[in-house]
Amino acid sequence: MKPWPASARLWWALAGVPVLFLGLFFLWPAGTVIVRGLLGDDGFGGGDLAGALEVLTRSRTLHAIGTTVVLAVLGTLGSLLLGIPTAWALSRFSWRGARTVRALVTVPFVLPTIVVAAAFSALFSRSGLLGGLGLDQSMAAIVLALVFFNISVVVRIVGGAWESLSPRMDDAARTLGASPARALARVTLPALRPAIASASAVVLLFCSTSFALVLVLGGSRIRTVETEIYLQVNQFLDLRAAAVLALVQVVFVGIALWVSARARAPRPPAAVEPARAPRGRERAGIALALGPTLLLLALPALALVERSLRTVDGYGLDHYRDLFGDPPARSTLSAPVWHAAVTSLLTAAVATAMAAVVGLVTAVLVSRRARRASALESLVMLPLGVSAVVVGLGVLLTLNRSVLGVDLRGSWWLVPVAQAVVALPLMVRALVPAARAIDPRLRAAAATLGASPWRVLWRVDAPLLRSATAASLAFAFAIAMGEFGATAFVARPDRPTLPTAIARLLSRPGIDNVGMAFAASVLLAALTAAVMLASERLRTTVGAEI
Amino acid sequence: MSGLSVHDARVTYPGRPPVDAVRGVSFDVGPGETVALLGPSGCGKSSLLSAVVGVTPLAGGSISWDGANLARVPVHRRGFGLVFQDGQLFPHLTVGANIAFGLEMAGVSRPAREARVEELLTVVGLSGLDARAVTELSGGQRQRVALARSLAPRPRLLALDEPLSSLDADLRARLAVEVRDILRASGTTGLLVTHDPAEAEVMADRVLRMEDGLLV
Repeated sequence: MKPWPASARLWWALAGVPVLFLGLFFLWPAGTVIVRGLLGDDGFGGGDLAGALEVLTRSRTLHAIGTTVVLAVLGTLGSLLLGIPTAWALSRFSWRGARTVRALVTVPFVLPTIVVAAAFSALFSRSGLLGGLGLDQSMAAIVLALVFFNISVVVRIVGGAWESLSPRMDDAARTLGASPARALARVTLPALRPAIASASAVVLLFCSTSFALVLVLGGSRIRTVETEIYLQVNQFLDLRAAAVLALVQVVFVGIALWVSARARAPRPPAAVEPARAPRGRERAGIALALGPTLLLLALPALALVERSLRTVDGYGLDHYRDLFGDPPARSTLSAPVWHAAVTSLLTAAVATAMAAVVGLVTAVLVSRRARRASALESLVMLPLGVSAVVVGLGVLLTLNRSVLGVDLRGSWWLVPVAQAVVALPLMVRALVPAARAIDPRLRAAAATLGASPWRVLWRVDAPLLRSATAASLAFAFAIAMGEFGATAFVARPDRPTLPTAIARLLSRPGIDNVGMAFAASVLLAALTAAVMLASERLRTTVGAEI
Repeated sequence: MSGLSVHDARVTYPGRPPVDAVRGVSFDVGPGETVALLGPSGCGKSSLLSAVVGVTPLAGGSISWDGANLARVPVHRRGFGLVFQDGQLFPHLTVGANIAFGLEMAGVSRPAREARVEELLTVVGLSGLDARAVTELSGGQRQRVALARSLAPRPRLLALDEPLSSLDADLRARLAVEVRDILRASGTTGLLVTHDPAEAEVMADRVLRMEDGLLV
């Protein structure tokens, strides 16, 4: 093939945008973490693997690794235990309110992790709704929070597969003499196995990167690899140990991603038959399947709202009012919480703008070429394969040079940069399919009518991508608003974002601090939910396709 | 030499092994003449058409118009129209805006655009559907709009890639005659690709048969 040199040059020139952005703000930082982890602080000469081994064999480290594995496995099992019956009740039958319940179940997933952490803290802490259970700072509380967060993943993936499974297959097994239980075990569950495996892998990934949950709910006793990285940086100032642990975390996430890639669920065929109304005992079954799930979803949310309204002498809006006043004396905040909310909105806006430029350029480039495009797409997806904590640590280590190791305050723009790196892959994942869905012949048609490549971009691609772009922008904004893992490393103590301010307030006892944390969490949840809702709206009004 | 002149054109698609879709084809189309490339699917006729329009690059040979080589002329400056098998109307634009697209690219003023759109809608028998969304059209109406859109900027050559094969037999026969009359009336040079001998016979002044990347 004789390529058009001009268009190829333009492609490569534009590809410089994502390559430079990710190279500077992701590959260099993440690469530095890995090199440091392997070779030690002063880097490239000696090759200090013994030092890495020393960090790895510390009892603290081994303990953190063990806790991470146990939490991830228990969180995944719990999510399956509650999620599979819920998927059955929601995908097998149609009944009044099923849509509402389905929408409710998906809510936790879009909540910022710090909000979920605050909600479970509100539920289980000593003066909480279930404070009497003594689950404060326990593994059980963290596992329940992980389940709360991930039920929706199981319901979406397994429920989708279940919907596309013909109920006739089950009937066939019954006519061959199988009891309902045997039909389930021999026919239905095996058919669902790929979907269940895929859901497990995704949940495992989320459970091993649930930094905020463990940091808030684990207190000083329960530490995972991610919180250990944070402690090493913030309390012990041991960046070497943090880098080694980050390496461990990269391996963890790599394994989870590898498993999930192998277990990818096949695309389910269209639903064979519409779901029917439940009969007789099935109604009881549905109630039994949904009861625990709804209880788990409702209790923390109720507890959070209740605690945000509870004051020293009864109930009131005092804590919400405090968000706008001076910070309480015993907190570590130096400014009112609403400052943090404004900071969050601003940094999220900057992060979204950065992610939008890089994401749109990538989507357009990927839709124009086949082979070199897939390399570009994988590059942009890479941050998804590393936990946000590692991104934050990397940015801290590389882009914060002058103050390395002593003063951990970064300049303000590190926050939106880190958030943009975290949000970019998710944004691109929403944009690229939309860009690919535009028939290349439509662009050819425009060209034969006299449109230059730039005009094709503005007159064909831009209008057809408008709704997908708006939806993905809102999505990226919501992610940046709630981002905690990376932000925790780079946000300046005197200029926290809303999530880091909440974490700070939660770490200090005292009803004023904690009450304000809960009120701020409700605020953050409301902001995120509003943006996510807008994103969902925009997505469903995608322009008519021929 | 005036009109289209194709000399030893070759089209190769990369891959292992590369696919030689067109393996050295030469022919001419005179001004105002309509030529059909007839052959079974996979014979390379659509690839040849794409190369003439400039959507697919040539691997060898040359394509020229009025004696000027088009190798360095990009698609949007060739002044060749193309009607796709399935229309490829812009889904976000109305019928009128689809037809006006090429005029807008050429910098035609708004009143002149509106007049030309009106004129072409009459030509293809769809007057009054100006403001309609293209998603609301039937298959036959879409192909008529696609034809009007391609004709609007008065292309030097109109390439038609199986323009009627997505329609049912009845409509196909009627539209074939109509398209021929429209091309004749406007004096447009045409290059038609089809697998249907009857269609080629009706619409074209001259029929070239193609097989396995070569003219036979």
